[in-house]
Amino acid sequence: MTNETPAVELRGLQKRFGKVQANEDIHLRVRRGSIHAIIGENGAGKSTAMKMLYGMYRPDAGEIRVHGEQRSWASPSEAIAAGIGMVHQHFMLAGPYNAVENIVAGAETSEPRWRWLPRAFRPVDATGARARLEKLARQYGLEMNFDAPVEELAVGVQQRIEILKLLYRDASILILDEPTAVLTPQETEELFVNLRKLCAEGKTVLIITHKLKEVMAIADHVTVFRAGKVVGDIPRAGTSVEELASMMVGRKVNLTAAPPPPPERGEAVLDVRELSLASSVGGKHPIQNLSFDVRAGEIVGIAGVEGNGQSQLLQLLLHPRAYRKRSRGEIHCLGQPILAGKAALATAAIKALGVGVIPEDRHREGLLLERPVLENFLLGLHQRAPFARRGFVSLKAVRSAAARAIEEYDVRPRSLEVAAGGLSGGNQQKLIIAREFERSPRFMVAAQPTRGVDVGAIEFIHQRILRARAEGAGVLLVSSELDEILALSDRILVMYEGRIVARFNRGEATEQSLGIHMGGGSHS
Amino acid sequence: MSLDFAMWEQMAGSTLRVSTPLLFAVLGGLLCERAGVVNIALEGLMLVGAFAAVAAALATGSPWTGAAAGAAAGLVFAAIYALMVVRLRANQIVAGTAINMLAAGVTPFLCKILYDSSGASPNLPLDSRFAIAPVWFAWILVVACWSWLHYTPSGLWVRFAGENPEALDTAGVSVNRVRWLAVIASGAIAGLGGASLSIFLSSSFTRNMTAGRGFMALAALIFGKWKPIPAAAACLLFGFADAAQIRLQGVTLWGEQSVPVQFIQILPYLLTVLVLAGVVGKSRSPKSLGLPFHRG
Amino acid sequence: MKVAAKGGWLPLLQPILAVAAGLAAGLAVAGLAGESPWHVLKILARSAFGSPYDLGMSLFYATPLIFTGLAVALPLKAGLFNIGAEGQLTLGALAAAAVGALFPAVPWPWAPLLAGLAAFAAGAFWGFIPGWLRVRRGSHEVINTIMLNFIAAGLASWVTLYLLKNPASQNPETRDLGAGYAIAKLHVFGDAPVSSALFLALLAAAAVWVFLWKTVAGFEVRAVGENDVAARKAGIRDGRARILVMVLAGGLAGLVGIGEVLGNAGRFRLGFSPDFGFIGIAVALLARGRPEGVVAAGLLFGALHKGSADLDLETENVTRDLSLILQALVILSVSADGLWDWLKKRRTAP
Repeated sequence: MTNETPAVELRGLQKRFGKVQANEDIHLRVRRGSIHAIIGENGAGKSTAMKMLYGMYRPDAGEIRVHGEQRSWASPSEAIAAGIGMVHQHFMLAGPYNAVENIVAGAETSEPRWRWLPRAFRPVDATGARARLEKLARQYGLEMNFDAPVEELAVGVQQRIEILKLLYRDASILILDEPTAVLTPQETEELFVNLRKLCAEGKTVLIITHKLKEVMAIADHVTVFRAGKVVGDIPRAGTSVEELASMMVGRKVNLTAAPPPPPERGEAVLDVRELSLASSVGGKHPIQNLSFDVRAGEIVGIAGVEGNGQSQLLQLLLHPRAYRKRSRGEIHCLGQPILAGKAALATAAIKALGVGVIPEDRHREGLLLERPVLENFLLGLHQRAPFARRGFVSLKAVRSAAARAIEEYDVRPRSLEVAAGGLSGGNQQKLIIAREFERSPRFMVAAQPTRGVDVGAIEFIHQRILRARAEGAGVLLVSSELDEILALSDRILVMYEGRIVARFNRGEATEQSLGIHMGGGSHS
Repeated sequence: MSLDFAMWEQMAGSTLRVSTPLLFAVLGGLLCERAGVVNIALEGLMLVGAFAAVAAALATGSPWTGAAAGAAAGLVFAAIYALMVVRLRANQIVAGTAINMLAAGVTPFLCKILYDSSGASPNLPLDSRFAIAPVWFAWILVVACWSWLHYTPSGLWVRFAGENPEALDTAGVSVNRVRWLAVIASGAIAGLGGASLSIFLSSSFTRNMTAGRGFMALAALIFGKWKPIPAAAACLLFGFADAAQIRLQGVTLWGEQSVPVQFIQILPYLLTVLVLAGVVGKSRSPKSLGLPFHRG
Repeated sequence: MKVAAKGGWLPLLQPILAVAAGLAAGLAVAGLAGESPWHVLKILARSAFGSPYDLGMSLFYATPLIFTGLAVALPLKAGLFNIGAEGQLTLGALAAAAVGALFPAVPWPWAPLLAGLAAFAAGAFWGFIPGWLRVRRGSHEVINTIMLNFIAAGLASWVTLYLLKNPASQNPETRDLGAGYAIAKLHVFGDAPVSSALFLALLAAAAVWVFLWKTVAGFEVRAVGENDVAARKAGIRDGRARILVMVLAGGLAGLVGIGEVLGNAGRFRLGFSPDFGFIGIAVALLARGRPEGVVAAGLLFGALHKGSADLDLETENVTRDLSLILQALVILSVSADGLWDWLKKRRTAP
């Protein structure tokens, strides 16, 4: 084995999930002792590729070579044995137990004098394991408290435990999935120092990320994924944030809808003032000091890679009561304070003000998948006349309104009886939109409105959002699709790590400029 | 009656004796629930253990074969339970209820076939019963359970299977295998608890003789925060309440008023509700308790 | 657990298959005991339906099972597991008897109404506790309802033996009700103690059906059970819906007291219930949580309970415990989701 042999080599990997081609012809070479960044937007296929390398998925075609040898494995444990380890985005730790127990579980050793016992019953050599762990921790600078329950440790320390877990198993290739997503800037700094140390000791590191600034700070080499394919593969030294951003973003859908000029801006339908939210798990604040407004007759787009505080913002808008103890700042909606100090409005009251919501995750937050279209249409409208009459549901009223709505919003099949889970993604979304527009909202929240929706439906949904604006509603559009943001928004805010890092008016932003801000390129 | 030393000594003795079946059952429950599988079937597992122990002791004349048979019967029923909840991913509450019903039906059914009475088995001769051995054995098992849970690989796996099965799975240990083994071992130990009830505390099998002890063990498990030593202490406390209640029958305090034994009887259950609600201390269950595991 | 119907042939076929499988396995057990399964089946059928009296007894047992079946089925719709019907029905029956013993002079028809309300309220309170604990303190309703069953048993025993003891009886039971409390017996069934409480049970099933499928509150309950996140997003207060179903479920279980205390015994008898609360779990599961199914499953298990009662007398080796075994087997075969998924996959596979 020479230094020229790549530590990892992927040749023509393919992976398909149902109708979705998640990975297509993936080629990748990772030099030994380097830090290799895998970048791309959500759903670009980077995690799929890494999970194949780690043995969690089996490739449909193609080959995996580790240190020049062709390998294939049935489970992660075989990959671990071959020296490949992964730090998952959600840590694989058991909260009440200490670092030693968490690291050793599944790789226990015992002293020779217990040989006569079956392996599963030989007392674990905790002292020996601890000594070895302390040595590894010193060697790589991964200091930690070995005695405290891991749930009491900071997120950054928990991550070190995960890394140490891999080193304890003699991993030579470490895959880190979005390692900085939960870290504070200081913790990120420390992580980078540690990663450099690991490389200096001959380990190979793969980082899955979307933060371009961090890529520029730490990586030796960058591979860019887009729509399941590798679209770029370059040394970090010869590239720039701008170049990476344009590779990463690209164009996916050609949006023909040229929106009409924005009408007059009206009153503020949403006014968010210095809003902050403390994290429930420790670690950094998911939202920090947000201030913005949305006015009647305009669409405000929030651009950003997922996981930069958008979900928490939406939660706060809709469920202020559940968060009032952890939040600071105020939210006013349609002239009413919905979160101000100790006072917070109930969800039903907020929606009754005239708020329509297209939720981020329609399966989890928007639909009763096993129930018919009719009941899904009713959900959230069920307390209003004419659908509710003296505590009873007026099925006749629901039926006629729902029939009209699915006609108007082109939900197929035209059946009120079919279960919502049986509809295609586009038709599910149209059903939700039909329902939310039924209350003629004056403020509309549209979160990832066209995710997983076919092209025809995208067009239709965009038309509807524009029509709502034309009718005088204010729209808050949250999307990680830049095309969508650029095509629809009258103003664009970019969120990164819980803050608004850039603001643009219509026509000022380009995909590249947004991409740089979304990747933290403007942020220090 | 005065509360003299002899009485206290007697109370201590009977507390140790009546808490023995509870101790076995609570250890069985602990093993199962720490691995992430709810065990409301303890009652039924004890009951089949109690019956099998009497049947074997009557047949062979030895309490030791009785105990072995009790453990085996518990193991078989627990294997049915494990098949349902681990392999077929049935709801653990539902399947546990079914196991309890099955045990409540099967034991008198067999009793009738073997002894021509569905209500009770014949009495065991004295030398086919245990004198004191189960008490020792139960306490040795408590210590063994504690050290096994904390010092061996399999103990660690069980704890992880109940807390974060994904972590165990990514570390290369099969979660469902750990759970399978934990559930059937749990059944064997609960079966021993039943055996200690029928061939140690009493001298025959009677219909539904566990009379809620399986659920009381569950209460002790929660009250003991799913930890071996505190759970064993909870068994002693509940056993003491049981012994005191027998002792206090007919005893009058506060003038003419006698003490309603019912208030002592409900104490374990009341304490459990309060502990779960966080009114008295706080008991936290293993995080993945009750959730079937499947990858991805 | 998927209790909700999925549409198509499966919802109806699965319970039928489950009963068939349970019955077959149970009769096979009888066969092992040396009895002809056919003979046992005949005894079961004759004893359950053979005469107006037998039929009446079957209906008498079915009445509490419909109530407890509903008491389990309704919370299932909101994603809660009510193992506490036994305790709820105990306190319901006790409350009915206490009212009757303490206010014997109340005339008909106010007396049964009053007793019925007391039964409902006592059961509802016993359902409210685990509901509230679940929603506000986060402690699991399964454990709490189990514990509350024992607490209810202890309370009932204390009240019966200390406060309302029947001086004329050696048995652990309360004093007799006033004369105005008796409800109508259905005389077509001879001496069987089946009473108009049966109609109340059917009415309750119909009311639950209307509640679930026709009312706004019922819709909210079902939405919470189906997807609590989406329900919250739609402005539904999921905690309130959960407490509500537990209160209603407890009340329904409490109504068991009407048939037993007002329609049959005329007093509260300690231990009158042969685990109606637990058999209610089997009833609700077999019914897949539907009220109309609860009526059917309640009638089936009532007949089974009566049918197996004669096994003790008419066979050499088979006892009435066969019905418990049968019920357990039915629950096991209904509950193995994995098994059904597997069968379904086999069927749809090419």
